[in-house]
Amino acid sequence: MSDHYTVVGTAQTRSEAWQKVTGQAVYVHDFSLPGMLHTKILHSPHAHALIVAIDVTAAKALPGVKAILTGADLPYLLGLYMVDKPILARHKVRYQGEPVAAVAAVDEVTAERAVGLIKVTYSELPAVLSVDAALAGQTLVHEDINELEYIKGAFFPQPDSNIASWHQTRRGDVQQGFAAADFVFEDELSLPQVAHAPLETHVSIAQAHPASNRVTIWTSAQSPFSVRNLLAKAFGLARADIKVVVPFIGGGFGGKAGIHLEPLALALSRACNGIPVRVKASREEEYNQLPCREGLRGRVKTGITKGGKITAMQLYFDWDGGAYADYSVNVGRAAGYAGAGPYALDNIELHSRTLYTNKVFGTAYRGFGHLETHWVIERHMDLLAQRLQIDPYELRQQNLLREGSLTISGERINANSGRVDQCLSAVASEIGWCGYRSAAERAAGIARGKARGKGLAVLHKAPAMPANTATGAIMQLNEDGSVIMLLGATDMGQGAYTVMAQIAAEILAMPLDKIKVSGEVDTDHSPYDWQTVASKYSFMGGNAVIRCAQDVLRQLKATAAQVLRIPVDELAHANERIYHVQHPEQFVTYQALAMGYTYRNGNAIGGPIIGRGTYLAPGLTNLDDNGQGLPALDWTYGAHGAEIEVDIETGEVTVLKIASAFDVGQVLNPKLCKGQVIGGVMQGLGSALCEEYKYSPDGKLLNPSFTDNKIPTAQDTPREIVPILLENPQADGPFGARGVGEHPMISVPSVIGNALYDALGINFYELPLTPEKIALAVAKLARP
Amino acid sequence: MAKHVITCGINGAAISAEVDSGQTLLEFLRGELSLFGAKEGCGEGECGACTVMVNGRAVNSCLMLAVEADGCEVKTVEGLAQGGKLAILQEEFVQHDALQCGFCTPGMLMSARALLDRTSDPGEEEIKVAIAGNLCRCTGYLPIVSAIQAAAKREREETASE
Repeated sequence: MSDHYTVVGTAQTRSEAWQKVTGQAVYVHDFSLPGMLHTKILHSPHAHALIVAIDVTAAKALPGVKAILTGADLPYLLGLYMVDKPILARHKVRYQGEPVAAVAAVDEVTAERAVGLIKVTYSELPAVLSVDAALAGQTLVHEDINELEYIKGAFFPQPDSNIASWHQTRRGDVQQGFAAADFVFEDELSLPQVAHAPLETHVSIAQAHPASNRVTIWTSAQSPFSVRNLLAKAFGLARADIKVVVPFIGGGFGGKAGIHLEPLALALSRACNGIPVRVKASREEEYNQLPCREGLRGRVKTGITKGGKITAMQLYFDWDGGAYADYSVNVGRAAGYAGAGPYALDNIELHSRTLYTNKVFGTAYRGFGHLETHWVIERHMDLLAQRLQIDPYELRQQNLLREGSLTISGERINANSGRVDQCLSAVASEIGWCGYRSAAERAAGIARGKARGKGLAVLHKAPAMPANTATGAIMQLNEDGSVIMLLGATDMGQGAYTVMAQIAAEILAMPLDKIKVSGEVDTDHSPYDWQTVASKYSFMGGNAVIRCAQDVLRQLKATAAQVLRIPVDELAHANERIYHVQHPEQFVTYQALAMGYTYRNGNAIGGPIIGRGTYLAPGLTNLDDNGQGLPALDWTYGAHGAEIEVDIETGEVTVLKIASAFDVGQVLNPKLCKGQVIGGVMQGLGSALCEEYKYSPDGKLLNPSFTDNKIPTAQDTPREIVPILLENPQADGPFGARGVGEHPMISVPSVIGNALYDALGINFYELPLTPEKIALAVAKLARP
Repeated sequence: MAKHVITCGINGAAISAEVDSGQTLLEFLRGELSLFGAKEGCGEGECGACTVMVNGRAVNSCLMLAVEADGCEVKTVEGLAQGGKLAILQEEFVQHDALQCGFCTPGMLMSARALLDRTSDPGEEEIKVAIAGNLCRCTGYLPIVSAIQAAAKREREETASE
């Protein structure tokens, strides 16, 4: 496809790489302001307890302490969708690690010492530590759930319960579908909470103006405009009073998408009469104070014919959402329209319940809701295939969404929607899939001590975003005809700015190195962008940049028409020139037009060229009570095929090869695109093989460190990751492109689980697939 | 806290400074010398974002006290590019897209530099072992391994042609 384009589709290196390899990239982590104070936080030692009393007298008396805040000082509630979270715990604590008090002091050591002097008296409450306990509702995490504010119509909190939101999707008639089935099979699968683990922990610096509402915030956040919006709502401030600046971000993965340390930093700076205050999370706080990915228990019941055609499906997704709703309710909502996988299901009933528990709260995490629900659905598909003795490849092909199919929310898939069937066949062919191995082959592998297996899994995801999500772009031509582009989205390493510059260069027909993206988002200067999340920016930002570049061209041509005395419709552009379509020697350069065209006598016309472009997804709707509507900007389909080797003695899994195909519509930059695939697959392998929050029976997080809650290292990489990029263009995508930032993670645990069955003949139902779990299961196999 | 005067080489320049006995090398580099390349990702020696070279070896500067650097030669990411030019290793990181958010990159580069200084032709496994203490959540490591291999090759070629 890329043959038609000059810059789009080429493997450009990322534009900011030179700063990152020299140590010159500045993160909030590196920021300091004159007089800046440092913060330490006192955390709850209990999962659920009433705060009886807090005594800060001794801490306050410590020299160097400038402010101490407790929940009593901060009568604010925050929340993206459910407004349920105090800045510091008020009246009670809802998870171990919840901030109870905060000290701002001249240095971290003093702040830490002061924290040690604060005395809190708690009265412990029974803790809700499982989805069953949450559903039972004997103890309420939010006893005031009936009074909480929330976005009505989009979320459905249930009165007097721990259900923060209950989404339901209904199409067709499941009872009829089950009746028409030859078999009905049920499975239950689950996965624990895991950490995002960005290398830069959350950090925010706030400087409140001492005599007005104004505040400036520097923060490691994915979504500066959302930070501004939510701060304004919580503190009752005007949007223009708040300036949020985001420089380089040391990783986000969804964990920095909402609002986190910013309100506390603002409150402390206010308490210190406007002295700037920094709040920086330690690695331990990153695990047990800041949010994680929700845990999930999925129960699925499927009616199916002998030949493998699904006739009905009923799903219950119960999310272990932790103490506050944050993004979890939206994760639950996404599961409502995407959680059944990329399958054509005429009869479906799906319940997705986001539950409050007394654990670290959940938030968005790369592909939110999808890795989790696809663990359930894509393992279930293999389990169905095993029971029916059908090749799981064939079972999937028979039920996949295709042109003309309806999604479970009632959207009709068309010829431009992408092809999941092609993704599946591409990976199957790449790993040489030829059906499950025989029992004899398995036994031989186990006897050898190294059992090999292959697996397949498919996936889909559309951006989970409000129907009115929007973004903007601004371009200004410089005196030399080069371009500065302002964008509202953040680039945390996904390469957004490089890709946006490529798109601009393509439309403007100018060299890429003459286009610079201003690499810092500042809500006072940058155009609006809702949030940098959801794999929607290449699509939405790309379209906005195309419009912005076209606006620049329109302005250039309007002036050029006067200069050249040629009608606009006879003007073309190339090589940084506007010229007559038939007589290219009649031209004027971008440079000559950039600040207005100047005649010899000094007269000038035109003016500085400043382009604007916006994009708002047209036609999206909220979901109705049955989960029906059009929530999806674009669906990106994908599939993984993996070959693994299991060490029978240790239970360790080595991934020999993983092939991952995505229908991206049009590759905008193959180097960056493959980078997203390799990185995402590796992150998915972390979820598959090792990552897990472990709690004590009384709800204390036992492994809040990289030592005890490991993420993959360079030694855990597969021998080979093969990215496969399919290009069935999306008619309304920029150059036909779709998003792919999050997708590589989705279904990675499923494909490993499926390959484990092929290798061992053992089905695993719970993540992570640790050596311990595998070795124990193999041992059981030997001694039935 | 007791103070100590230390003398060490930082990226080839001799410096003498007074440090607190409890100050880590990372705090010293960032706080006193304004060398912000080395990052603190955990402060506990688990993530490697603070990796610098001390007498040619890659160390977690968050676990080493500044006083321990007395008499040592310290090299940080800021010392890699010379003569207005990126080092080969840096160029290959850029070419292979061996970085995304960039936060682990300075430490990763220093672990790689230490490896290439002790062996000019490391195997893939050797490279993975050398950077196993440097966590990266973005890239999936494979592009980093390729970048280090490519840099090793170019450095060998350069040495051969000298």
